[in-house]
Amino acid sequence: MIIALFKKEFTLELRRKSVVSGLLLYLFSTAFICYLTFNLRQNLVTPLVWSALFWITILFTAVNSVAKSFIGEKKGRDMYYYSIANPSSIILSKILYNFLLCTLLAASGYILFLLFLGNPIYDKLIFGTLILLTAMGFASSLTLLSSIAAKANNSTILMAVLSFPVVISILLMAIKITKNCIDGLGWDASWDEMLTLLAINCLVTAVSYLLFPYIWRS
Amino acid sequence: MTKNWWKIAAVILLIYTVVAGFLMGVPRLVIVNETIRALYFHVPMWFGMVIMFLVSTLYAIKYLRNSDPKNDILSVEFANTGLLFGLLGIFTGMIWANYTWGSPWHGDPKQNGAAIALLVYLAYFVLRGSVDNAEQRSRLSAVYNIFAFAAMIPLIFIIPRMTSSMHPGSGGNPGFNMYDLDSKMRMVFYPAVIGWILLGVWIATLRVRTRNAEEKILEIEDYA
Repeated sequence: MIIALFKKEFTLELRRKSVVSGLLLYLFSTAFICYLTFNLRQNLVTPLVWSALFWITILFTAVNSVAKSFIGEKKGRDMYYYSIANPSSIILSKILYNFLLCTLLAASGYILFLLFLGNPIYDKLIFGTLILLTAMGFASSLTLLSSIAAKANNSTILMAVLSFPVVISILLMAIKITKNCIDGLGWDASWDEMLTLLAINCLVTAVSYLLFPYIWRS
Repeated sequence: MTKNWWKIAAVILLIYTVVAGFLMGVPRLVIVNETIRALYFHVPMWFGMVIMFLVSTLYAIKYLRNSDPKNDILSVEFANTGLLFGLLGIFTGMIWANYTWGSPWHGDPKQNGAAIALLVYLAYFVLRGSVDNAEQRSRLSAVYNIFAFAAMIPLIFIIPRMTSSMHPGSGGNPGFNMYDLDSKMRMVFYPAVIGWILLGVWIATLRVRTRNAEEKILEIEDYA
């Protein structure tokens, strides 16, 4: 059931190519604006500025891309899913799909930043793991919040308001590990933070899994 | 009278806290000096806030289980009181930091964590404001309440312990165990914590009673 729903998300996305390309363009424009604003003076992008710009860009792109997973759905389609699938497989398939989407966006964001703003990251393997873990955290926390926001008025503003305080703990860990990667520290330095990030992910996924049926019912 | 013993206890404990907190002797310490008395007023605010938010979350879980609007009102009002305690905690902390750290906002991990925790609950009230249907509002906000509380646990209890901080009791700085070897401060601190928490519960129950009364009035007006 989860796999069928996941496949459905995927085919829907491939049919509406404008959405993914829109998100990629969003990412591109943000990275390009960062490049242009910092282009005025060379050497202004210190490694820490790089990491701040990178994570802000990724956060906003992730919020925008995950927000559409429930807000974009048509009214009648909700009812249809409700009648054929149980809520826990819906949320899990959406989380899985958003995880892939966030990973794709974060990876392409990294490539864009590499092109425009240079590469301060020493250890690419740790950074890659970090991107995977952060994408998982964003996907699991933002999917539930987007389903809450979809039920309320002015949902796009609400999505940002609800999600920022919740994802801050994930972001704090990510920034710390990024700093370790920039300083060229190995696995032992980032191990604690990685484990904390993983624990936060598990917690958030478990809570979304438990709570989603209550939102779905209304 | 027998049901209200805890309210009397709250009043007595808080009078004791204020009198003893300002008059009793405290250890002389460099930099901290007399500001150590903030322990009786600032620290219990955080105990109170966490307990209020915990109770609010428990009522949110209860609401999801049986959809009784009474639980929703309890959950909201405990969150409201928790927010009040959090704001007071931040302000008392800022007064203390102004004298010991030199500026009211120092960007300390504990200060940032507290500010984020308050943002979460402010977002909760924004969410409540933007849903029209009463039942849906209760349900969505209950879900957000539980989710936010779970997301707040690492923020308040884990991350501040991993980072270095200038706050007493963390990052190698002495907590109150080390300030006070003869345990004199405990004689005021523990009653203060209990007193402030009881006051919080009292405020919350009063607000719940006014809300229930308002709803009853609306019901009667609808009939008339």
